[in-house]
Amino acid sequence: MARRALTILKQLRVPCASDPSHPLLGLGTARTVTYMPRPGDGAPPAPGDGAPRAVTLIPGEGIGPLVTGAVEQVMKAMNAPVYFERYEVHGDMKSVPAEVLESIRKNKVCLKGGIRTPVGGGVSSLNVQLRKELDLFASLVNCFNLPGLPTRHENVDIVVIRENTEGEYAGLEHEVVPGVVESLKVITKFCSERIAKYAFEYAYLNNRKKVTAVHKANIMKLADGLFLESCREVAGKYPSIEYNEIIVDNCCMQLVSKPEQFDVMVTPNLYGNLVANTAAGIAGGTGVMPGGNVGADHAVFEQGASAGNVGKEKMVEQKTANPIALLLSSAMMLKHLQFPSFADRLETAVKHVISEGRYRTKDLGGDSTTQEVVDAIIAKLD
Amino acid sequence: MASQIVRRVLRARASEIFAAQSATNPSSARVFSCFDRSLSSAAASGSHLIRATLFPGDGIGPEIAESVKQVFKAADVPIEWEEHYVGQEVDPRTQSFLTWESLESVRRNKVGLKGPMATPIGKGHRSLNLTLRKELNLYANVRPCYSLPGYKTRYDDVNLITIRENTEGEYSGLEHQVVRGVVESLKIITRQASLRVAEYAFHYAKTHGRDRVSAIHKANIMQKTDGLFLKCCREVAEKYPEIKYEEVVIDNCCMMLVKNPALFDVLVMPNLYGDIISDLCAGLIGGLGLTPSCNIGEGGIALAEAVHGSAPDIAGKNLANPTALMLSAVTMLRHLELHDKADRIQNAILNTIAEGKYRTADLGGSSSTTDFTKAIIDHL
Repeated sequence: MARRALTILKQLRVPCASDPSHPLLGLGTARTVTYMPRPGDGAPPAPGDGAPRAVTLIPGEGIGPLVTGAVEQVMKAMNAPVYFERYEVHGDMKSVPAEVLESIRKNKVCLKGGIRTPVGGGVSSLNVQLRKELDLFASLVNCFNLPGLPTRHENVDIVVIRENTEGEYAGLEHEVVPGVVESLKVITKFCSERIAKYAFEYAYLNNRKKVTAVHKANIMKLADGLFLESCREVAGKYPSIEYNEIIVDNCCMQLVSKPEQFDVMVTPNLYGNLVANTAAGIAGGTGVMPGGNVGADHAVFEQGASAGNVGKEKMVEQKTANPIALLLSSAMMLKHLQFPSFADRLETAVKHVISEGRYRTKDLGGDSTTQEVVDAIIAKLD
Repeated sequence: MASQIVRRVLRARASEIFAAQSATNPSSARVFSCFDRSLSSAAASGSHLIRATLFPGDGIGPEIAESVKQVFKAADVPIEWEEHYVGQEVDPRTQSFLTWESLESVRRNKVGLKGPMATPIGKGHRSLNLTLRKELNLYANVRPCYSLPGYKTRYDDVNLITIRENTEGEYSGLEHQVVRGVVESLKIITRQASLRVAEYAFHYAKTHGRDRVSAIHKANIMQKTDGLFLKCCREVAEKYPEIKYEEVVIDNCCMMLVKNPALFDVLVMPNLYGDIISDLCAGLIGGLGLTPSCNIGEGGIALAEAVHGSAPDIAGKNLANPTALMLSAVTMLRHLELHDKADRIQNAILNTIAEGKYRTADLGGSSSTTDFTKAIIDHL
């Protein structure tokens, strides 16, 4: 299982076109990538076969259909070798339909819009259910300053890797007596070790220098203590990567004052949610940060930070949702599927449109609609 | 300045409403008299001295406590300080280094000011903060966060209060190892504690002229626990129809705080979220060295404290920044309804920092503690 996770990581690692340190890219022109055709039946199609890959698409609700529609348009304009299998999932369904899970297990990759979770209701979150069924144990959010987009903080380039299956979101609650409710937070060595290994391997393969573990072990000594122990053990095996630990409240304070000190952050479930959303907020907002949920066998790509991923009704009516986050996530997906040049073209076009500044949706300070931004990106594709 | 006048008028009106309410509804008067002393003690605004407990603390604690005493004396604040120090040995009655007499003094005086205390390492005793919290039943932690004019941070328009439930939630300390490699930690939410903190939050909003209270939660995932917290907040909100009430999911809240902190007014939260959000807000205004904080306990006890550390490396060198402790003392004065004194001292502090001539080292200046204190006294 770990070896397959490593393969997934290696695929995500391919440097993008704007990486000046890569030896071939220094020459300025497009790279050539050679692949050996893979033998045997049942092997996944390789680039150069001309066979398009199937990807499950879940439009979701609210702004979901709008932004996934944007992705479909851009993929078609690029003639990317992927085709989408659409499945509808709504927030008021009791559980994720079996055919959706079947399709994801077959295709191994999924692109998802937001699914609304009713507050306080009896339905457990479908997002969480999807992650548990497919054992997507790592949630990645890459928060970075986009050139040309002014924010209060500079030099932000943080990857938050968050444990996705256990911790506070185990969903085990009960009412002891009327008026007293208990909720269990479960931390296991197996999951903590898994996520620590993923974080360090990610840092190693993506040339990141530092991994920071976020915890509250001064209060929750056993639970977060176990998490820290696992992180320390794995850190010992990567002597070239710097490792340090920070308490979650101090971490949030440092994020808003000195975010450049963080590189890769590995956290349990709840703190990861908060830290990822804070980091996304300081770097430009939920509308632009890509992210994904990765497991040993499957990967689901969606908008990075989870806040507001269903959006407001006004955004849906006026069609002013920001498609950038999902487009950058779909670029991550293309790299995962081993189509790096398509991913690079998409990312370059998106970055051009943002830095130009003419077509921006409301959350970035402009007033374009989703469609206008998509058209601008398609025009910039080379 | 205009907003302060408006707030004072609103507060005056609020206290009128209180007086009217307490006259007509004796049971609610009992509830409210738990919160502020002024309803029970006659002329708190100056005729007789109020006794308050002072814990100077360790490290830079004694120096900054001295600054506070000087400023209060110069401003003619009718407070008589009763100083208590952390003992050298464990008191068996409290199982910590704080003596029973100190705690009794706070219980008697009902107000206190605490400097930074370094918890001694070792076993066999409770941490000092935990002792205070448990013995005095401090259930709410109030942190007013506002941008200091003149001290430039990336955020200039912060003006919010975070009210955090202080006794239960994720910090109950109930953990155990189920089997090797699997640990469970219990998060407990009770109706009683949630109602208590929600009542305080709305009462605070009313007496300080705030018009919105936001409850922060994650009830879409933790449905029963945060659901109970929200239910209690909604019940209390119905009793205060003039205050707007909203509920915000915590990840949304973090995002909005770092993008546009002016969106929030009063925030009320359970323990863990409160810890993180209140430190995040402290980071927005410039760090823990500038943040006031006050703990509210059952029976109207208010213990204001400075949340920064004891900074042993600059202790005794006259370099410490007394702002946090002084602003906390101002919060204590507001709890005592001595609003005009509180405003005078707060304005003096803000003007001194805004002027920029006397600033301690952590704010980028080079004045000593005594110079800074003198500048504040001059501004009174």
